[in-house]
Amino acid sequence: MNKLTVSPSPHIKSSQTTKKIMWTVVIALIPVGMAGVYIFGISSLNVMVFSVLSCIFTEALFLKFRNRDPRAVLDGSAILTGLLLAYNLPPSTPFWIPVIGGAVSIILGKQIFGGLGQNIFNPALVGRAFLQISWPVYMTTWKNPRWWPDAISSATPLAKEAGPHFTYMDLFLGNRAGCIGEVCVIALIIGALFLLVTKIISLHIPLSFIGTVGIITWIFGKDGFFKGDFIFNILAGGIILGAFFMATDYVTSPLTKKGKIIFGIGCGVLTAIIRLRGSYPEGVCYSILFMNAAVPIIDRFTKTKKYGLIKK
Amino acid sequence: MKKLLKEFFKGIGSENPTFRLVLGLCPTLAVSTSVINGLGMGVAATFVLLGSNIIISLLRKFIPDQIRIPCFIMIIATFVTIVELTMKAYAPELSKALGIFVPLIVVNCIVLGRAEAFACKQGVFSSMLDALGMGIGFTLALLLISGIREMLGNGTLFGLLIAKGFEPVLYMVLAPGALLVIGLLIGGINFLARRRSAT
Repeated sequence: MNKLTVSPSPHIKSSQTTKKIMWTVVIALIPVGMAGVYIFGISSLNVMVFSVLSCIFTEALFLKFRNRDPRAVLDGSAILTGLLLAYNLPPSTPFWIPVIGGAVSIILGKQIFGGLGQNIFNPALVGRAFLQISWPVYMTTWKNPRWWPDAISSATPLAKEAGPHFTYMDLFLGNRAGCIGEVCVIALIIGALFLLVTKIISLHIPLSFIGTVGIITWIFGKDGFFKGDFIFNILAGGIILGAFFMATDYVTSPLTKKGKIIFGIGCGVLTAIIRLRGSYPEGVCYSILFMNAAVPIIDRFTKTKKYGLIKK
Repeated sequence: MKKLLKEFFKGIGSENPTFRLVLGLCPTLAVSTSVINGLGMGVAATFVLLGSNIIISLLRKFIPDQIRIPCFIMIIATFVTIVELTMKAYAPELSKALGIFVPLIVVNCIVLGRAEAFACKQGVFSSMLDALGMGIGFTLALLLISGIREMLGNGTLFGLLIAKGFEPVLYMVLAPGALLVIGLLIGGINFLARRRSAT
């Protein structure tokens, strides 16, 4: 693994390893996957399997090609990328969408930059953005929950024509159309709590991200100044998934607490702008990618003071 | 003779304007959505390059050093006008597809670069070979990039369907696809060049 330490000192040694962290996140994502399969049926399991297998296969191929230790395939990062990508896809896509998405995530999102730890952008989101641009029809054909009378719908709650028929409870439990991993908020919160308890992630990015979206959609919402439905806006899209599981990716988020808060606010502002004024109904994916690009500069301006240094 | 051949082949290989010098990216990114467009652009640029290199090389003793760039631009603009009007008359569809990028050959950095770096210092014959080499190198690069983009992004080659049931990768015909293809090709060529020089 990469020996270069880029965070400010002091550096504490611990038994934590990349492998442990990755597998913990994978475990935290299991309830979300189970909820996705329960809500949308077996087709979402297919998407997940194809996505993960594609990521692992591509990773193995590239590790071999770059003469790296092939055992690094099992460090969990490829599996995590595959799972996150699948959670960002509609449950009824044809099998080749997650396969291509997984390959693109690993090749263009990760290995091109030099593998794990070197990538600028969140690999899963790179894959998703590529798919979204390339096959917009497949990426916006949503499947309804199993118990709804009509199987295929074309609108998630955030789409303008489908807005208000959802109660907060529907959104909270996942009784709606959407990506596999974004619909069931309660499962996402269980996973997020697990990550918080095991101290894999801190609350800085998620809270500032979600809070910013809430405040902006409350002030500038559809129903007028200070009347926007911010609870709906927080529950209805992919913000919970994005804020807890993707914006917090170690490699592509800032190092310091201050930097993390700036990063989260930036994600929130961009998401709210895309939702309120953009042509896409949802903006979590693009806003995180945008802010990923800004991470080096955020890190540069939020360096912590050296210990013992006297302020001049 | 060997030196002249070198002047010709360097534009295709070791000093390829697109992949090695990374010049003229603006038209490369913009028109490489289909092979026909790429070929049209390449041929147009080669013609301008050839004409301007010959004239500039002939006039190199008469052009005052202080105002050489305006003089180059005048000569280049003459040839671009010839290309533009010819294309409008005989290939109106291609002219429409290439749009503003044909008149923009005036400020194409490959053409200006060869004028400044080569033609104003060398004889007519080697300038001609240099222009041909550079032009062919640029055309080949455009053909390669636009071939990849058209095949993946549209499922066609020269406008002919190559695979039935193929779902086109829309990404490839949009601007990010151009950047991606060029980036990967340059990366691959650098990789091969480095491996060759290492062994």
